[in-house]
Amino acid sequence: MAPLVSIAGLSVAFSGVPVLRGVDLALGKGEAVGLVGESGSGKSVTWLAALGLLPRHAQVTGSVRLDGRELLGAPAGELDRVRGGRIAMIFQDPASALNPVLTIRKQLCEALALHRDLSGNAVKAEARRLLDLVGIPDAARRLEAYPHEFSGGQIQRIMIAMALAGNPDLLIADEPTTALDATIQAQILELLSTVRRELGMAMVLISHDLGVVAENCDRVAVMYAGRIVEEAPSNQLFADPVHPYAQGLIGALPPLDGPRRRLTAIPGTVPDPAHMPDGCAFAPRCALAAEPCGLAVPSLAPIANDRTVACIRAEASRRALLGIAAE
Amino acid sequence: MSAPLVEVSAISRTYSMRSGMFGRAAAVHAVDGVSLTIARGQTLGLVGESGSGKSTTGRIVLGLEPPDSGEVRFDGKPMAAPGTAAWRAQRARMQMIFQDPLGALDRRLPVATQIREPLDIHGVGTPSMREDRVRELLRAVELTPAHGARYPGALSGGQRQRIVLARALATKPDFLVCDEPVSALDVSIQAQVVNLLADLQAQLGLTLLFISHDLRVVRQISNVVAVMYLGRIVEIGSADDLFARPEHPYTQALVSASPAPGRRSASRIVLSGDPPNPAARPQGCAFHPRCPRAIARCASEVPALEAVASDRQVACHLVSGAATRDAA
Repeated sequence: MAPLVSIAGLSVAFSGVPVLRGVDLALGKGEAVGLVGESGSGKSVTWLAALGLLPRHAQVTGSVRLDGRELLGAPAGELDRVRGGRIAMIFQDPASALNPVLTIRKQLCEALALHRDLSGNAVKAEARRLLDLVGIPDAARRLEAYPHEFSGGQIQRIMIAMALAGNPDLLIADEPTTALDATIQAQILELLSTVRRELGMAMVLISHDLGVVAENCDRVAVMYAGRIVEEAPSNQLFADPVHPYAQGLIGALPPLDGPRRRLTAIPGTVPDPAHMPDGCAFAPRCALAAEPCGLAVPSLAPIANDRTVACIRAEASRRALLGIAAE
Repeated sequence: MSAPLVEVSAISRTYSMRSGMFGRAAAVHAVDGVSLTIARGQTLGLVGESGSGKSTTGRIVLGLEPPDSGEVRFDGKPMAAPGTAAWRAQRARMQMIFQDPLGALDRRLPVATQIREPLDIHGVGTPSMREDRVRELLRAVELTPAHGARYPGALSGGQRQRIVLARALATKPDFLVCDEPVSALDVSIQAQVVNLLADLQAQLGLTLLFISHDLRVVRQISNVVAVMYLGRIVEIGSADDLFARPEHPYTQALVSASPAPGRRSASRIVLSGDPPNPAARPQGCAFHPRCPRAIARCASEVPALEAVASDRQVACHLVSGAATRDAA
């Protein structure tokens, strides 16, 4: 099956400093893919670059194809139809994405008028249907309310409604629940998965929270310092992470039940993009690093039919993990 | 067993909040009748969502804010009146760590100077002894003297939080209140700071009040965990056991809402309704409008925190011993 979106060799540099260093990722129709990684790993930049949302001084190279058509360097008119129409995006801080002096109805109808061939009462009816769909009670009356009259969780629901206005094929959710309390986070994740199932929409869930991604995605890509270092089906990644960084991330997560053990912290910090180490960017923090790690950047290579890892020590790392597990 | 270091009995704190310029003032019960004890060298974890009163509890325990009623005793003595010499001496023994290390540090001073500041304020030792102490503190938080010469802006988030920790430890406190100390950090850095905190606690015999919304981190570092909802403690128990066998419906929902790698969302309890508003607390059990198991009695009567096992207390009509007796 041809992928819905395929990204190849996507790189981004801000005034000569590379922040994204060759990302390859393909996404099928209706598929949910998670992107995890720490701050600065390039999770958000990947999609901002793909949709042409970065400031002009960013140098973007590589290729992003939607249904085979190249998006990078596409004319503005075509991008306008893609953004919001085919690919919609929601962000971490929903309150700042809404205009505080306009009613929800005005803002929803604006999105509908842009992307759908509707007019007059049909727009209003559709706006009400969308609010109903995302679970805002008493939708008809609440359309006339302003953003400050809603709670944080409701605002995120409204953002989801706006994102759905153009009937997108792909929803990019960038840390959609990070600012929300645990019980409200559960509501929003539930809503996203229901909507996705009903509309057959693909989703990219960007999060620093491994648990959130594991529970809501079919496939997960782990990013480190501007590259994907491991990609695998979610259940496999968490049961059997291969890349030492992916292992480290999972080991650093305190367990919620069972015996408590000392956390296996990854030493050191993320490298400064302006002073990237030679070879593998993770090598200076890696317990398994050997001399060849500093020589060349490892490429993302398959280790099973649906798994890829960018690590020349992948075999050793896997053995080390199994060794620990066997004890 | 020795006497607990911190004893909090029935503290309450009410703020008045005005909605709009001419709106009527409404009373916000931020903390309502909270009692806690923390044994020496132990960690009490306080979890809850925003508006649950966990940070206000921390501020009252530290004496940053007076309670409207109730009392906090530190090392067997009541908190001295703010501003007095006795209060200053007591405060040197208790310190606080906040979520945002950049906000807690002065951007225009080298961090070593900031670590030294509490020593200068409390007049600890001679100037050269203070310099030695600063180096010792930097080593204790696994940083070098070279880091000490830098400004906060030149350090990473994890390093800044270590500096804040070093400064808090400068006066050799017995008690630390940590309010979301690792929430702003990335997972791998969070693990470093949690391990460091656990090591320092073991070395120095520190007593901790650890406030966080993150159940995993709280469980990792605490001996006892208390769950707060709208200003009250709804459940308290040992850290090992509480999240494995939560009794209160709210704790159950919280545990179930905490995503776990390798578990799909099929079994998740999703609470309906909005997050609680402390300015409009429901009658009876504050949780009843969102509780999947609420009965009529929950809407009228506030459940008391009662022991249901030797190391567990729960405030719920459906869990407490009294309810079972009534039902029988």
